[in-house]
Amino acid sequence: MSAVLPKNMESTVNFDLAAASLRELNATLQSLSPDTNQTAWTILNPRGEHALAVGITVPVSVTINGHAGYYCAGMNDGAAVTINGNVGTGVAENMMSGLVHVKGDASQSAGATAHGGLLIIDGNASARCGISMKGIDIVVKGNVGHMSAFMAQSGNFVICGDAGDALGDSLYEARIFVKGKVASLGADCEKKEMTEEDKTILANLLQKAGIEDSVESFTRYGSARTLYHFHVDNVGAY
Amino acid sequence: MNETPISHIPRTLPRFSATFDPHSIAEIQRAAATGIYDIRGGGTKRKLPHFDDLLFVGASISRYPLEGYREKCGTDVVLGTRFAKKPIHLKTPVTIAGMSFGALSGNAKEALGRGASAVGTSTTTGDGGMTPEERGHSQTLVYQYLPSRYGMNLTDLRKADAIEVVVGQGAKPGGGGMLLGQKISPRVAQMRNLPEGIDQRSACRHPDWTGPDDLEIKILELRELTNWEKPIYVKVGASRPYYDIALAIKAGADVVVLDGMQGGTAATQEVFIEQVGIPILAAIRPAVQALQDLGMHRKVQLIVSGGIRTGADVAKAIALGADAVAIGTAALISLGDNSPEFEDEYRKLGTTAGAYDDWHEGRDPAGITTQDPALAARLDPVKAGRRLANYLSVLTLEAQTIARACGKSHLHNLEPEDLVALTLEASAMAQVPLAGTNWIPGKTF
Repeated sequence: MSAVLPKNMESTVNFDLAAASLRELNATLQSLSPDTNQTAWTILNPRGEHALAVGITVPVSVTINGHAGYYCAGMNDGAAVTINGNVGTGVAENMMSGLVHVKGDASQSAGATAHGGLLIIDGNASARCGISMKGIDIVVKGNVGHMSAFMAQSGNFVICGDAGDALGDSLYEARIFVKGKVASLGADCEKKEMTEEDKTILANLLQKAGIEDSVESFTRYGSARTLYHFHVDNVGAY
Repeated sequence: MNETPISHIPRTLPRFSATFDPHSIAEIQRAAATGIYDIRGGGTKRKLPHFDDLLFVGASISRYPLEGYREKCGTDVVLGTRFAKKPIHLKTPVTIAGMSFGALSGNAKEALGRGASAVGTSTTTGDGGMTPEERGHSQTLVYQYLPSRYGMNLTDLRKADAIEVVVGQGAKPGGGGMLLGQKISPRVAQMRNLPEGIDQRSACRHPDWTGPDDLEIKILELRELTNWEKPIYVKVGASRPYYDIALAIKAGADVVVLDGMQGGTAATQEVFIEQVGIPILAAIRPAVQALQDLGMHRKVQLIVSGGIRTGADVAKAIALGADAVAIGTAALISLGDNSPEFEDEYRKLGTTAGAYDDWHEGRDPAGITTQDPALAARLDPVKAGRRLANYLSVLTLEAQTIARACGKSHLHNLEPEDLVALTLEASAMAQVPLAGTNWIPGKTF
């Protein structure tokens, strides 16, 4: 680690992963107190390391200059993590709160099972983006791969590009907004009327992500709720 | 000409088919009427090669026994010695398997915590997250990391004493959890972030990793999230134990949990319970072989489960190479499940004490597998916890009795050489000789 400053000096702290270990990085970030004045961190030379900046529980900003591996910002609870690069599988998985902003593309299962916070992906996201999401808001400026929002339980998922096959398969109560084409909908996912509440939610997320598209250019999808109870007539969908 | 009156001609007795037996016929009729498979709780009910098919040979001239009431026979076990900074120390090698709040009532979970803590062993959460009551009453609590991630959060993760990555379970290897609408109460729904009253189907695969290489990275993340303090378990259903255990070790597990098909479940399809997976007796030796081949036996600890009922079962599992066992169904029975006390109510449900398995319906007269407040209130968690503690003590005492008879000063000193098999099947599966011979089918001639 380079130049960790005393707590009484507010400044950006550079942490060089070419000179220190992943364990040192995460231990340092996880041990910050809520009133720390070391509120801005820059991680240099991430070189695709896995589990970068996981489990942070204080509202600091962390900027990763380069590509990150699996589970970047996993279980984040309050930090604002920006990745100036691409990320591997499971970025912001199970996030509780905070912000994760990927400036590049994201691999599979972005935002998986996350309970809260906002995940913004400037590029494309691969398969299973938003799988089992439980309250997170996700905005993908590009396209998403197949099986995105699979078993998505709650939260809001904005896709500015196209969606792959089986979007929203076995969906629960998450809201999905798509601007582009949908290759196919998954079981129990259907097109919905855009309510005023939907428009307010979508407009807010577009504004947070710095997107100027109109809410009218999006289509809203949600659960048809036909699979909420086992029924022999639905056997083909199980 | 036959002059015997028709009324005196012997008649062929009604004969049931061995193939289309009464159970099979009833199931065909039930399926035809409903169009849906049967769902139930518990584990397999078919007869399988099991620990009953093994015997300890004990000590005589060639082996020296220990005094039953004087000489010490240790029972403690340390789990998680490979990488974790804070391994778990248990006084008895009998742990409580994962069972969810949702599948079980809050009082039942509290009773499990009380009973286990009283004898110095661990309990395990389930599909649905950790409740404050459970954490509060469990001295040592293992937090399950399941495909659904219901209730999974960083705060609880860090409160846990160990983390168990659940890949599968013995009752349904390859299947996810199931909790029908009757049990999705407001609190269960809130914990799982689901609408109330729906039939909930958990995923069967983890949402953010696939295969052993990914699992290795997932374990790294879990360690990084918890300061490398907590033992990481990996639980698999008994299916291909040699390869699955080898891959779990390769992925970095501190502890591997192997659950045979006798292991129970809160709810799943009968056909899954009875037709998928292998008996625990057949799974232990391949798992131990994997540990030995990788130089990890007793370094990565092995917990086995599925059909453990007695101290003899505990001792046999350990003699075959396990470090500890886990009990689920037996623990529920000790709390009061299937008690004759509720026979009248079991009859009203169309069953009888000892056979009740409709745990998914939430109408358990014993107040254990239910979310109905009135039924749940029937279970006194203090008294039920005491019954579990008694039972766990008996398991430990019985295992010690056998170990001393075999001349062992610690349960972990039991070994396959202490065992013989009563049947060819058990001999082949457990890889111990048929009693009175030196023959192990497939191993010796």
